[in-house]
Amino acid sequence: MELLTGLLHGFQVALAPASLMMCVLGVVLGTVIGVLPGLGPSATIAMLLPLTFKLEPTGAMIMLAGIYYGAKYGGSTTSILLNVPGESSSVVTCIDGYQLARKGRAGPALGMAAIASFIAGTFGVVALMLVAPPLAKVSLAFSSPEYFALMVMGLAMVVLLAGDSLVKALLAMLVGLWLSGIGTDLFTATSRFTFDTVELLGGIDFIIVAIGVFAIGEVLGNIEPHEAPSMIPVPKGLRNLMPTWDDMKRCRFAFANGSIVGFLIGLLPGAGATIASFISYGLEKAVSRHPEEFGKGAIEGVAAPEGSNNAETGGALVPLLTLGIPGSGTTAILLAALTLWGFKPGPLFIQDSPNLFWGLVASMYIGNVLLLVLNLPLVAVFAQLLRVPSYAMFPLILGVSIVGVYSNASSMFQLGLLAGFGLLGYLMRKLAFPTAPLVLGLVLGDPMERALRQSLMMSQGSLAILARPIPLTLLIIAALLLAVPLFRRLNAVRMQVLDNET
Amino acid sequence: MGALARNGDFWSGLALAALGAYIVGTARAWAYMSEDGPGAGFFPTWYGSLMIVLSLVLVGRSVLNRAALPASRPVKWREVGRAFSCWLAFVAAVALMNVLGFAVSFALLTWFIIAVMARRSQRLAISVAVGGAALFYVLFVVLLEISLPTGYLF
Repeated sequence: MELLTGLLHGFQVALAPASLMMCVLGVVLGTVIGVLPGLGPSATIAMLLPLTFKLEPTGAMIMLAGIYYGAKYGGSTTSILLNVPGESSSVVTCIDGYQLARKGRAGPALGMAAIASFIAGTFGVVALMLVAPPLAKVSLAFSSPEYFALMVMGLAMVVLLAGDSLVKALLAMLVGLWLSGIGTDLFTATSRFTFDTVELLGGIDFIIVAIGVFAIGEVLGNIEPHEAPSMIPVPKGLRNLMPTWDDMKRCRFAFANGSIVGFLIGLLPGAGATIASFISYGLEKAVSRHPEEFGKGAIEGVAAPEGSNNAETGGALVPLLTLGIPGSGTTAILLAALTLWGFKPGPLFIQDSPNLFWGLVASMYIGNVLLLVLNLPLVAVFAQLLRVPSYAMFPLILGVSIVGVYSNASSMFQLGLLAGFGLLGYLMRKLAFPTAPLVLGLVLGDPMERALRQSLMMSQGSLAILARPIPLTLLIIAALLLAVPLFRRLNAVRMQVLDNET
Repeated sequence: MGALARNGDFWSGLALAALGAYIVGTARAWAYMSEDGPGAGFFPTWYGSLMIVLSLVLVGRSVLNRAALPASRPVKWREVGRAFSCWLAFVAAVALMNVLGFAVSFALLTWFIIAVMARRSQRLAISVAVGGAALFYVLFVVLLEISLPTGYLF
């Protein structure tokens, strides 16, 4: 009953003209950036975040979330027509989607991607709605030691799955922790790592790091000339985009597989949509009656991963909203957005901000319907975006980045920092340092230090406080996760997952 | 030594070890533990120390595996040069914003990327640069009333 009341309230919020407009804007922008290779949701959300400060937070959050899940719909279009993933989580769709397109079945492949995304995306929202409130109630029992241990476990999971080298991922996370420590220490009013610069007393704004590392770094990394791959045209007419009844029957298990696997993987910090799509693809192939068709144009090979990467969104929002723990670069930016707007994601979030939580949930139902409409009859329109040359995109990204940072702080110093972090993002890509742990370290550094210091204050400096059952269990899990590379067989599984991702 | 000198892990490990040493060294000036609990130096000392250890692991691994690091992964200096040129153009555009303002600096940056980096025609580069700058100005300054860097011109 409580759920139904909440959902009805959410629809009142989400169907208000302003919220609806933001939802449409978000999913359209999401589809656009999903279609365009080289520009991901993290970079887009980071760039647009400062521009949302003048907006009403619920509407702004609805828009940013729309970009997040809309990009996953759009990514499949590029994978199927161009054999290039528009978005990292659509990489596995290239395998069978492009083969289907080459066989003259681009329409059904695009249609199936949209339908599977809709079914699993909606499942993810239902599951989010059902799982988040009880989890929030359970986590009410958490205090500083539990939170500290939870953040350590979250970071350990992200580090484990962030790249080939655990050492590099850990180092990236430590740099993030250091960046979060720059500024005035709120416990003792000590200025830390400010290099006697007044501008650094308030710390480094998360937005600058996120835009620099994701957006500017992405432009610098993609500036080399690439040979434009040839695009398979989109069939005209809605009828030619619809999968056959036989296709739908063949994909029954893929819909369920994508929905459940995607949501469960989304709950785990660090795993993310790309890994979810690979796992559901592997599972689909393993149980298929025609495994030999996979890789040659099996329609289930499109439905399972596309469903999975969309269901993952609902899963990823559960720890973000109920525990305040993001599991990826994009959710870290969403956490920063919520914090900057004055919200406190955590156990009391649903209770304290029902408009935002239920409005967001309801908007995701609406957004999924909108995306189905956008990605079926209008897919040909979005496919035309693939003709936009990359050299026209780069100045646009750089310009929006400058506007985003300057509008937030009106400071040339901050623009200088933006250039510095852009270079850092590029160097990290070149040197194969994963960027997600840095961003997560930056977001979680401050609350993690606060939780640890509060814990030790509670225990007069004794680390025994971390030996309480929940923190101890979480810390043991974190230690075991970080020990995975030491065990040959487990590390082989980890490397297989990472190989699939890259 | 040649392979090592070209090894990114070796140099990044050294740089991060230096950063870790700086963090620990600086944190020593702050209280590690006080009567009220951990001080300002507590957390940085721990993550700085961990950074030193892990960086040295990275350096050590590069040194030990240098035989296995042949020129199979050569640095494509042309690509790196292009990225750095773009970055320098971005830095120059930001630096010029106090003098020329956002619109002109952004137009120059756009022109540089299209004409110099993408080697498209001057006509195309100039029209995209002018059109893009005008669009940004109208959208952000006029319609959204967002303040952007101003110079002597705009």
